[in-house]
Amino acid sequence: MNQKDIQAIRAIITRHKRWDMLFGLLGLLALMVGVLTLTVLFADMAIKGAARIDYDFLTSFPSRRAGSAGILSAWVGTILVMLVTAMSAVPLGVAAGVYLEEYAPKNWVTDLIEINVTNLAGVPSIVYGLLALGLFVYKFGFGQSILSAGLTLGLLILPVVIVATRESIRAIPQMVREGAYACGATTWQTVRDHIVPYSSAGILTGVIIGMARAIGETAPIITIGALTFIAFLPPAPYTEVFPYISFEWLMAPFTVMPIQMFNWTSRPEAAFQVNAAAAGFILVLMTLAMNGMAIWLRYRLRRNIKW
Amino acid sequence: MMTTATEVRSQAKAEVQNLNFHYGAFHALKGINMPVHEKKVTALIGPSGCGKSTLLRCFNRMHDLYPGNRYEGKILLHPDNTNLLDDDVDPIEVRMRISMVFQKPNPFPKSIYENVAYGLRVRGEKRRSVIDERVEQALRGAALWDEVKHRLNELGANLSGGQQQRLCIARALATDPEIILFDEPTSALDPIATASIEELVTELKDKVTILIVTHNMQQAARVSDYTAYMYMGELVEFGLTDQIFIKPQKKETEDYITGRFG
Repeated sequence: MNQKDIQAIRAIITRHKRWDMLFGLLGLLALMVGVLTLTVLFADMAIKGAARIDYDFLTSFPSRRAGSAGILSAWVGTILVMLVTAMSAVPLGVAAGVYLEEYAPKNWVTDLIEINVTNLAGVPSIVYGLLALGLFVYKFGFGQSILSAGLTLGLLILPVVIVATRESIRAIPQMVREGAYACGATTWQTVRDHIVPYSSAGILTGVIIGMARAIGETAPIITIGALTFIAFLPPAPYTEVFPYISFEWLMAPFTVMPIQMFNWTSRPEAAFQVNAAAAGFILVLMTLAMNGMAIWLRYRLRRNIKW
Repeated sequence: MMTTATEVRSQAKAEVQNLNFHYGAFHALKGINMPVHEKKVTALIGPSGCGKSTLLRCFNRMHDLYPGNRYEGKILLHPDNTNLLDDDVDPIEVRMRISMVFQKPNPFPKSIYENVAYGLRVRGEKRRSVIDERVEQALRGAALWDEVKHRLNELGANLSGGQQQRLCIARALATDPEIILFDEPTSALDPIATASIEELVTELKDKVTILIVTHNMQQAARVSDYTAYMYMGELVEFGLTDQIFIKPQKKETEDYITGRFG
């Protein structure tokens, strides 16, 4: 190859590399939009709310005076509602997902169900709120309770849990399934001993993604009539007398973090805006804590899974 | 008269009678007739797509896991003459009597111990002492005991490929099967691991009847007592391995074995 050709090739490479760099920069810029927005939002909330975040803020009920208002009933309500959400959505979603993957015959009915489930994930949350208002609050008579709210959010994240369950089940190699069946296992034994344990990490991720969505949901909770001003806690889950455990809290009225925030941001006094920022900061921390737990659990569960 | 019948049958552990198998509209096995001799190694050979794996997987009704498959004919399992393909025979019962080793080692992502114990657990065995004993026996049978006896609680996936396949053989052995099916058990292994599996198969035939699918003719010649040559879903020739390899009766078999075809 003569000197001229080599020069030409080098020129081409230089030109192509410029595009490489250009795209690299564009990509970085695009990434920064996301990262910076999040950081600025979070920092803004932290700075604005910092003045209010202390032990008293966490342990006080809401008040007419911004300075002494706290989020006790809100964060307790959020945790309890999330508990009901998880307790309802996880068994239902995992069972449905396992059924669709391992038991259901592959025909048009199953396909139809699959399309329905996927579409369900796209239904606006307020529609779930309306459904819950009619069904849970009035028809079943659960009232404007933690139970109603938890079940509503449970329904909301059900499709997410089903889809996550199915996807992580599909990631299990067919030969592992065949290995179990070849040992003489029934479908149930295969599901119990292999399918569910090996897909649990993926299922968990789906559950947490769903919960992270549910924890910030405001619309469906307002629709079922959650109160914005709650100055008491739900009854404790234990009693002094037999059977020592009580489910009265399920039927208690409640409020949750996003509603508390919404309530404060709609007040004219600036002091309440500070409260809202502080509550928002705590809510984000709660979500991060949940995600952190999920990552840790996933790591623990995946450690022993190798194909 | 009964005695004669038993005597004749005692040689065959299983008998394939006029077996036809369809994957949906595809006629994959056509009128197969062959015996599987007791405590011998029977090899199924033939070019890719000839139906040898399909035939093997009829023996433990693996095809039942997938929709659209249909069996016709019989596979009789002696001495009780159960037709393995009968609709009234539960495939789980079949798989409890006949175990299988797959093409690629497929240990469960569980401990070595649990991998071997799984067949016993499925059968509801709860006594720790019984499981301990059977696991050791099976691992010894699969020539793996000495290598893993101090790390039974480690993951099966941490073993080398050849060890994993021997673990799968131990898993298949643990439940005292009447037949073990091997589906190209060495195709994913290196030559040294292959040699150890072949040696193991030869040792195992004292205890159990073996049916092995292989794409490697030398392997069939080395390990098997009987060989069945299949082509396009049909059984072309069945006989003693020596006879098939030295003096095949059919031209097609000879062409395949001598490498002129396939």
